[in-house]
Amino acid sequence: MGNVPSAVKHCLSYQQLLREHLWIGDSVAGALDPAQISVLINLHCFQPYVSGFSVSLVGSVACIHWETSQLSGLPEFVKIVEVGPRDGLQNEKVIVPTDIKIEFINRLSQTGLSVIEVTSFVSSRWVPQMADHTEVMKGIHQYPGVRYPVLTPNLQGFHRAVAAGATEISVFGAASESFSKKNINCSIEESMGKFEEVVKSARHMNIPARGYVSCALGCPYEGIITPQKVTEVSKRLYSMGCYEISLGDTIGVGTPGSMKRMLESVMKEIPLGALAVHCHDTYGQALANILTALQMGINVVDSAVSGLGGCPYAKGASGNVATEDLIYMLNGLGLNTGVNLYKVMEAGDFICKAVNKTTNSKVAQASFNA
Amino acid sequence: MAAMTKALPRRLVGLASLRAVSTSSMDTLPKQVKIVEVGPRDGLQNEKNIVSTPVKIKLIDMLSEAGLSVIEATSFVSPKWVPQMADHAEVLKGIQKFPGITYPVLTPNLKGFEAAVAAGAKEVSIFGAASELFTKKNINCSIEESFQRFDAILKAAQSANISVRGYVSCVLGCPYEGKISPAKVAEVTKKLYSMGCYEISLGDTIGVGTPGIMKDMLSAVMQEVPPAALAVHCHDTYGQALANTLMALQMGVSVVDSSVAGLGGCPYAQGASGNLATEDLVYMLEGLGIHTS
Repeated sequence: MGNVPSAVKHCLSYQQLLREHLWIGDSVAGALDPAQISVLINLHCFQPYVSGFSVSLVGSVACIHWETSQLSGLPEFVKIVEVGPRDGLQNEKVIVPTDIKIEFINRLSQTGLSVIEVTSFVSSRWVPQMADHTEVMKGIHQYPGVRYPVLTPNLQGFHRAVAAGATEISVFGAASESFSKKNINCSIEESMGKFEEVVKSARHMNIPARGYVSCALGCPYEGIITPQKVTEVSKRLYSMGCYEISLGDTIGVGTPGSMKRMLESVMKEIPLGALAVHCHDTYGQALANILTALQMGINVVDSAVSGLGGCPYAKGASGNVATEDLIYMLNGLGLNTGVNLYKVMEAGDFICKAVNKTTNSKVAQASFNA
Repeated sequence: MAAMTKALPRRLVGLASLRAVSTSSMDTLPKQVKIVEVGPRDGLQNEKNIVSTPVKIKLIDMLSEAGLSVIEATSFVSPKWVPQMADHAEVLKGIQKFPGITYPVLTPNLKGFEAAVAAGAKEVSIFGAASELFTKKNINCSIEESFQRFDAILKAAQSANISVRGYVSCVLGCPYEGKISPAKVAEVTKKLYSMGCYEISLGDTIGVGTPGIMKDMLSAVMQEVPPAALAVHCHDTYGQALANTLMALQMGVSVVDSSVAGLGGCPYAQGASGNLATEDLVYMLEGLGIHTS
């Protein structure tokens, strides 16, 4: 903007940071510890802002005062479902070592996230990245208050998952016949039969099951997907016992209008509290689509730290919406998430270095200097 | 998503057919949005490598053929401050001027304005800010003093029948002051509008805004300036640009600035991304069934 001399480097001085407007998205009652403050100050120009937040330093502890301008009509609390270790890593080319995955998940467990999708009990022939599912499931530290769902495409995967200690599972449907056929080699109807077996067994063992509907806003093979079809598949999953249905814009082609139409249809059949959105950022639309979903009352959003994962259908494209960017928006909107943005960024930094890739999160890009 | 097979056939449906999906627009959105392409100026200005004059001209000519109706071509600022824009006169003289397309240029002062007119400019832009500190550091004067400079330009522009677009920087946050009050933004915007700017572009200069703050700011400004005279100029430094732009559209703004390829970084956050990308903006607008020009 304007005539900015190219010599301008950094802006907020130390005094400025200490005075006001240092915002890192800590939870409402949270506090910064001195170590975090000094690292933040060393981070060049790390100052995501939100109007209405002020920080005062009392001794060496900072407390964040919450005086927010909340957009009316939005949910007060948004649950973030972190899918980085599964959906994110699954789409990464480099096979990540088991111990790195475990460390990654352990770090995520300490950010305030309450749901972290750990791995997928799928055949390693299909998804080599998830071949170490059992070791990962057994190796992670299961923090109290955090849930660790795993994907179980069939009964065999389900039993393995339970044997490895899983206490929550997910099943994946699709709103597209072609996608279902090409992805799991059966029709939607046949897939529902398989999922019913899994979900019934899960319920029998008091294990909650989450349902996903892929291609909710468009399919790489069929193109247009009608909201009615999405509703039909969602309803099947919900009535067979899934406690929550995550509606996925698998190839990120959706825009706020198509998100709205799809949700309007689904919300006629499934209670709002049982719905989530899972947006891919392939065409940069994810946050705009999520905002639309929030405006319609959705309060569960899936995301992946660092925007991990590409898109197998669009070479070079970006993947999931980045958890950091999502938290930034939610915090700016005055919505509580319980998640510490700073700690998420650290976890993102860890996994990006481990996988040797640059982050897809704009917040991380703006905050960590290379 | 779902368990993926390793070797995926790549028979993707073309974008054109997917575009047909979303023809319903949301309730309160404008039917038409004017895109102001700022890539050649705001975008390139923030790029480290100096782009050669022929390449700049080619870029602008290609943009002219893309259907855009406003393309900000260059900035008549001293090369001492902005070396990237040193070739302003050559660029303005060298581009093809298609009928129906305007090519505004930045003019920070009367000297720049006169040079711009001599080089054939028919529309100019002036840059205010909603932050005293930013104004001081950026153009070495107070907001009030900057208005006096702009007044000189506006008067000269009026005599020469040249339209003037006003920009307000730091509308959702300032790298020096931090929080910026919506009232201050409204005050500066109103002043520029009353001085004779036909349109005011409200800029989230460092991309720190989020939709709620965008809404608060626009609510304040719209009490002073008609929505039709407003534009938003969002930077994507923290990935919020498109969501903020959507909010602005929901509030009735129908002019959006963007930069092809999301050109430009951010001089305040090394490594950060720059302007909202025109491609991503057009994708959203078309998906919403909004006509773009």
